[in-house]
Amino acid sequence: MRKSRTLNLGTGSFVLLGFAALFFLTTQTTSHGLAVFGPAHYQVTAKFDNIGDLKVGAPVSMSGVEVGRVTKIDFDSNEYKAVVLLRLNERFNKIPTDSDASIYTQGLWGGKGGGKFIGLTAGGADTYLKDGSQIDFTQSAFVLESLIGQVLASFTKQKADEQAPARADPKATEKTK
Amino acid sequence: MIGELWESLTDALEGLGSVVHFLFRLVVNTPRVLLRFSLISQQIFNSGALSLIIIMLSGLFVGMVLGLQGFQLLQRFGSEEALGTAATIGLVKELGPVVTALLFAGRAGTALASELGLMRATDQLSAMEMMAVDPIQRVVVPRFLGGVIAMPLLAGIFSVIGIYGAQLVGVQIMGVDSGSFWSQMRSAVSLSDVTEGIVKSFVFGVACSLIAVYQGYYATPTAEGVGRATTTTVVTSAVVILFLDYLITAAFL
Repeated sequence: MRKSRTLNLGTGSFVLLGFAALFFLTTQTTSHGLAVFGPAHYQVTAKFDNIGDLKVGAPVSMSGVEVGRVTKIDFDSNEYKAVVLLRLNERFNKIPTDSDASIYTQGLWGGKGGGKFIGLTAGGADTYLKDGSQIDFTQSAFVLESLIGQVLASFTKQKADEQAPARADPKATEKTK
Repeated sequence: MIGELWESLTDALEGLGSVVHFLFRLVVNTPRVLLRFSLISQQIFNSGALSLIIIMLSGLFVGMVLGLQGFQLLQRFGSEEALGTAATIGLVKELGPVVTALLFAGRAGTALASELGLMRATDQLSAMEMMAVDPIQRVVVPRFLGGVIAMPLLAGIFSVIGIYGAQLVGVQIMGVDSGSFWSQMRSAVSLSDVTEGIVKSFVFGVACSLIAVYQGYYATPTAEGVGRATTTTVVTSAVVILFLDYLITAAFL
């Protein structure tokens, strides 16, 4: 009896230690643990035209202070918009309802960590965001490719404008002849 | 010459087939053994708790080496803060499961193989059959399950100790900032990295325990046979672990 008791004790503490280690690995070395076992929180949604490469788990910050995280990204097939679920810390429960959510890039080109994050800018309303409410004013992610596309398009347009009169002129003169 | 080659090929296939058959027998018997948890718990103690010291010591030193080497390498690129990320990903995905499995094969696998082999050599298994006790149920399956359960837990402990070992060298000795060590790790390591490590260690646990109990159960009942079974266990386990490691890594990419 005595022997089996120490044996069970040893097995029990080994299994406990093992599961504690796995728990530590899943919660403390990854960013997921913070969302699951975090403090009290409330969730709001925001719809964006384009979220770029925003990922689940990206921080939501206000004046540079992290106030929450992105917990879910979905697609609304009626409005063709991305629906982002934000989990905000209950401590920051005085965010005006007309606040503005924009997607920013961490670092210059989002190099380190590849990260986009959501920045909230406070509005002026007297009512505050609460669980389930939606942020109406949103600004999409800055997508480098579309920006380059726009720049190129404007360049080619400029060139075409410059060349167009020059090309048109000889024809015009020929016609008059 | 060709005949010999053919024979060794068919031998290898036959061996593989009988291992698979043996695994099937173990799995079929598992539900009934699960009811007698005290048998399994004893085997978890034997293969898990008794391997703890060697796992923890190895984890500490592997982590410390990783901290040192990682620091030296990352310093050249001026990104010492990424040490936490590098060490954790290396440990959780690769070194933790693989080194733990190799140590497990050496520590617990050999013990299982020689124990079962000696039982076979001293006719204990036949005696059980005479008493209408199925040795597979009473002896083999609990040992197999004990190893399968213990292995992921050991790998987890190894990784955690290793991370603290890397932190010890990187932060305490080399002077990497503690805050960026942990925060960069948290932002870069994803849950799928940890899952990959757990899946790996579970598969390795199945492979190591299976090879050990198979070699022990079918050992030639002589002193030499038991010795050979023990050696084969370690060698086969090591090769199979590294092979499976490649497969699982490729599958997770």
